[in-house]
Amino acid sequence: MLGYLIRRILAAIPVMGVVALVVFLLLRLTPGDPAAILAGDNASPEQLARIRASLGLNEPLYAQFFTWIGKLLHGDLGVSLISQVPVLQMISQRIEPTLSVAISTIILSIIVAVPLGMIAAWKHGTWIDRFVMGLSVIGFSVPVFVIGYVLIQVFAIDLRWFPVQGFRTMSRGFGPFFERLVLPTLTLSFIYIALIARMTRAAMLDVLGEDYVRTARAKGITESRVLLRHALRNAAVPVITVIGTGFALLISGVVVTESVFNLPGIGRLTVDAVLARDYPVIQGMILLTSGIYVAVNLLIDVAYTLLDPRIRY
Amino acid sequence: MAIDSLPESSMPITRPFGQRFGFLYSSPIIATASICLALVVASAILAPWLAPHDPLQLAPALRLKPASAEFPLGTDAYGRDVLSRILYGGRVSLLIGLGAAIVSIAIGLVVGLLSGFFKWLDAIIMRLMDGLMAIPSILLAIAVVSLSGASLTTVLIAITIPEIPRVARLVRSVVLTAREEPYVEAAISVGSSLPKIMMRHLLPNTVAPLIVQGTYIAASAILTEAILSFLGAGISPETPTWGNIMAEGRTLFQIKPSLIFWPGVLLSIAILSVNLIGDAARDALDPRMKQREGSR
Repeated sequence: MLGYLIRRILAAIPVMGVVALVVFLLLRLTPGDPAAILAGDNASPEQLARIRASLGLNEPLYAQFFTWIGKLLHGDLGVSLISQVPVLQMISQRIEPTLSVAISTIILSIIVAVPLGMIAAWKHGTWIDRFVMGLSVIGFSVPVFVIGYVLIQVFAIDLRWFPVQGFRTMSRGFGPFFERLVLPTLTLSFIYIALIARMTRAAMLDVLGEDYVRTARAKGITESRVLLRHALRNAAVPVITVIGTGFALLISGVVVTESVFNLPGIGRLTVDAVLARDYPVIQGMILLTSGIYVAVNLLIDVAYTLLDPRIRY
Repeated sequence: MAIDSLPESSMPITRPFGQRFGFLYSSPIIATASICLALVVASAILAPWLAPHDPLQLAPALRLKPASAEFPLGTDAYGRDVLSRILYGGRVSLLIGLGAAIVSIAIGLVVGLLSGFFKWLDAIIMRLMDGLMAIPSILLAIAVVSLSGASLTTVLIAITIPEIPRVARLVRSVVLTAREEPYVEAAISVGSSLPKIMMRHLLPNTVAPLIVQGTYIAASAILTEAILSFLGAGISPETPTWGNIMAEGRTLFQIKPSLIFWPGVLLSIAILSVNLIGDAARDALDPRMKQREGSR
């Protein structure tokens, strides 16, 4: 187990290396002078020189890469070109809204999607199944921001149940925090529910055809026990995998949702950085989210061994 | 072994055209999806003839007019006709969807074939693809666009790059299975050249899964383009695209929700149709993929 853990962590290193290389080369391989791209159109020669020095652009490419990687490994993601604040600090100041929405979305999606997928598989071929699958295709197809605006129109403007936009930190009371979180969470959950329900259904369908399920039923065990203990447990691995790979989808969704609901999170930070052409911030966000993605999938791989005693490495 | 118990993969791949695309009218839902998609495509192609006004024509005196006979969906904050802009907007979305599918399949196919056939290349290519897949596609696209400026080409490149690993992995997995087949072994043993083995024996196996994957890529590319435009990181705002119209509608949402509503509806219908057709194509062209349903 420990050996597997170490091998798995080592395998994540080249992946992050490639991510870093892509981020590094994106700026350097874009046609034109990187310093001029970063500084924008109205930059003075002094500004250009300063950026060139901070990026080490006068050195050979490989030297630039290793200097840059060295800084990264010390937690230095660079400094914003606009506000001159370190990128890591900017991100950490705005992580709370993002984390709140992301965590509540994951919880809500799992609570809704797993039973939906289970019921669809259990009632395979009936209208319930078709309804769930139809809902899932729609969830994949309707853009997050369209869902967001429909929810705002119905629940915030027409019914006035929730505030239209904005965010309150939890330290200022749970009520205001919670009511501003409901609509963004619902919005973002749509696509995640679609993904997880689809996978749960497929995995359950596979498992429900197995001999041990037939045996369990033949023994006269109640259907709910068959579904939960015998089927769901064995269907868990692919479902958990898709929760992990769907994490990338969640990150993309957060960026959009924060714009729709005006949440001051890291997604909004990224969009503002794009509009201001603040590349160090975008670069920091890519490295951070990719790192989280790799870490989440690493944890999930490890979780397999705990969930499924047959998987031994 | 009796003939009818041959493994599935040795069954003939070529089937008559009508039989192959018969799935388009196999169920009422798929038929509706095909008709909807055809209508959206037709309206985009025929936009110059269908649109009542010039989508770029500014008319400050006619700002935010409600729907009327002259402007069926009203006008936007610059007095431009919303219906005309939506009709023209479909052109960019569909072009990007089609373009991203073709380009990412072309590149991913070559990468996947090489990776599946040469073991020494495989390790390197797959690590590269793992790394690319770890980057959230929206963020990668945003980075490309913000560095090289927004144009149709850069947006297309930005949307295509994250799709390449998905195609490459799919092709690789098909090649890895196919190269163990007796007919490939036979081709190697009679001394067929490598390009010939790839083109004649491996490539045809990838066609069905790639058609299916292509529809999913088209759907996701249309969506990504709209998101990029919506966030202000897409094609320049005066160009009518569905995402751009909705981005404008963001600040005007409480006064004029139709700016978000109508492009949103068309966008959703287009993506939904493409996804449904993709699902039907998968069931019809590649029954083996049905088992992996949901794993896309």
